[in-house]
Amino acid sequence: MLDYLKSNRREMIAALVLIVLLAVYLGTHPRGASTYVMTIWANQCLILGLAACAQFFAVVVRGIDLSVGAVMALSNCVASYLLDGSAFGIAIGMVAVVVVGALCGLINGLVVVYGRIQPIVATLATASIFVGIALLLRPTPGGAVNYDLADAMTLDVLGIPTAMVIAGVAVIGFWLPFRRTGLGLGLYALGSSEQAAFQSGINTKFIRLAAFTLAGLFGGLAGLFYSFVTTTGDAGIAASFTLNSIAAVVLGGVLLRGGVGSLIGALAGAFILKTIAALMFFSGIPSLAQPLFEGLILAAAIAIGGADVLRARNKLEAFS
Amino acid sequence: MLRGLSLDSLMPYFGVVLLIIGGSFFFPQVLSADYLTQQLQIAAFLGFLATGATVVILLGHIDLSVPWILTGAAILSTALVGTGNPFLSAIAVPAALVFGALIGIVNGIGVAILRIPSMVWTLAVNSMLLGLAVLNTGGFNPKGEASALMKTMASGDILGLPVSFLIWIALCIVLAWFLTRTPFGRYLRSIGFNEKATFLSGVSTPSVVFAAFAIAGMCSALGGVMLAGYANQAYQSMGDPFLLPTIAAVVIGGTSILGGRGGLFGTIGGALFITLLTSILSVMQIEDAWRNIIFGTIILVMLLFQTLRKGDTA
Repeated sequence: MLDYLKSNRREMIAALVLIVLLAVYLGTHPRGASTYVMTIWANQCLILGLAACAQFFAVVVRGIDLSVGAVMALSNCVASYLLDGSAFGIAIGMVAVVVVGALCGLINGLVVVYGRIQPIVATLATASIFVGIALLLRPTPGGAVNYDLADAMTLDVLGIPTAMVIAGVAVIGFWLPFRRTGLGLGLYALGSSEQAAFQSGINTKFIRLAAFTLAGLFGGLAGLFYSFVTTTGDAGIAASFTLNSIAAVVLGGVLLRGGVGSLIGALAGAFILKTIAALMFFSGIPSLAQPLFEGLILAAAIAIGGADVLRARNKLEAFS
Repeated sequence: MLRGLSLDSLMPYFGVVLLIIGGSFFFPQVLSADYLTQQLQIAAFLGFLATGATVVILLGHIDLSVPWILTGAAILSTALVGTGNPFLSAIAVPAALVFGALIGIVNGIGVAILRIPSMVWTLAVNSMLLGLAVLNTGGFNPKGEASALMKTMASGDILGLPVSFLIWIALCIVLAWFLTRTPFGRYLRSIGFNEKATFLSGVSTPSVVFAAFAIAGMCSALGGVMLAGYANQAYQSMGDPFLLPTIAAVVIGGTSILGGRGGLFGTIGGALFITLLTSILSVMQIEDAWRNIIFGTIILVMLLFQTLRKGDTA
């Protein structure tokens, strides 16, 4: 048990911070800890949470995905066309939205792997293209999403917010089994040391392609869930989600130099970030000072995350 | 300097020529001196930011706090001029530069001392600056105006060439000299290649990081002052649209995002190319969506051209 805690130190710290923050939030919320309050909170958290998952897959292979927000915007706009009408049509539509996201990710992967362009620049360029396509689809925000479906996805199941159920499924149903597969281990191998991974016979090109495709897929899921929450398509949502997803994974203990962290951490980081923002709202801090406090807390959280440097035994160890 | 003249850094200049020739087929006025000097003037605004970003990227880091250093410098300088006090008006530009340098040092502390990845630390600094600006201006557009000096810097011209462009080129020449002829420049590149080795060679790497981020902050601040002079005001999030084009200008100019490789010569071309591309796309009245798509595609094609030309050795 102790070993387990030690090896998952980063996730544990993130989870602990999240629990404390959530307790403070529910404690200070004027309406207290009701299902209603929890659902609103969980919905906001899960949108960024899925975006952070997308970012995680790019970061864990020592990349970065600056197109997360753009993929969300594009899939959101696609969703605003497809998620209305017959039940069968909607079901196909949901799959199509996620496939669009995965395709965007695949394009990123191809450019990175075969074009040999650094991920940060490659996704910067593709992000512009994705946003362009999203704008073609929805020059102004609009469209509709089936209300029954949107309600089903954003309210609660037996008092538990659906968003929390989705997060649970993503972790227990997808991540925990996935991490034990060859692909899951390959992600970490590639992120830790590309050369060592290559020399152990891992198909590094395939792993990297898969990582970016998964990033796109989760970006698509984030866009899909965003559509359920807002029930419209909006091409202008890209910028804030991209940068916040990076902050979220770092808060969740995922190292930008690759190979360290987990999907659970990414989710926790996103939930922390959103809970801080929600806390601000009810904190009684003057509204004009709130952005500053948000920034200060973000900086402090990141700086504490960087406190690993204090554990370095000598100056040289700090460079890595 | 010769290293700065690699084929990669010449690419954007070819691109500029192609754009001018291609654009002139649709719009003959693209070839007019008026249009071209106006482009030089506008390119300088992006150019200041890209010049600063080049220094940080050569170091192997990235500065995402550009937008709000720019906005903060613009707010600060216009507010000082807006007081009407002649002394405060006179120090508006230097004060903005000091502000940029200070924020650069804050960036440097996080990156060099706390060893936080520059990508997240500068992002956090950016959001703190945003918070300060909102607190300071109450969320409204800040009051104030540009001084005569700021207006001249942004919109004046000498012998037909825009002052902003001349200042930018002068700044680049000075910085290029620093980057190629002084120990600071060599340390900067060697940190970009291998920070550990540079540290072990006895270089005080933190001070180089501090200096680089301070230079970048001052460049961003200068860009902000210029933009405020151009628009005769500062406004909230005036810097946000500049972040991504800034990075794009640097990489198109052949500077490796991993650090160590590249130079300012390419960045000048990159900034000119991106400004001209944006301008021609808007002259052609292409809708926003297609402008985004074409912009992304062209950047991607130029980058692919750079890497694939090198074959398998890259």
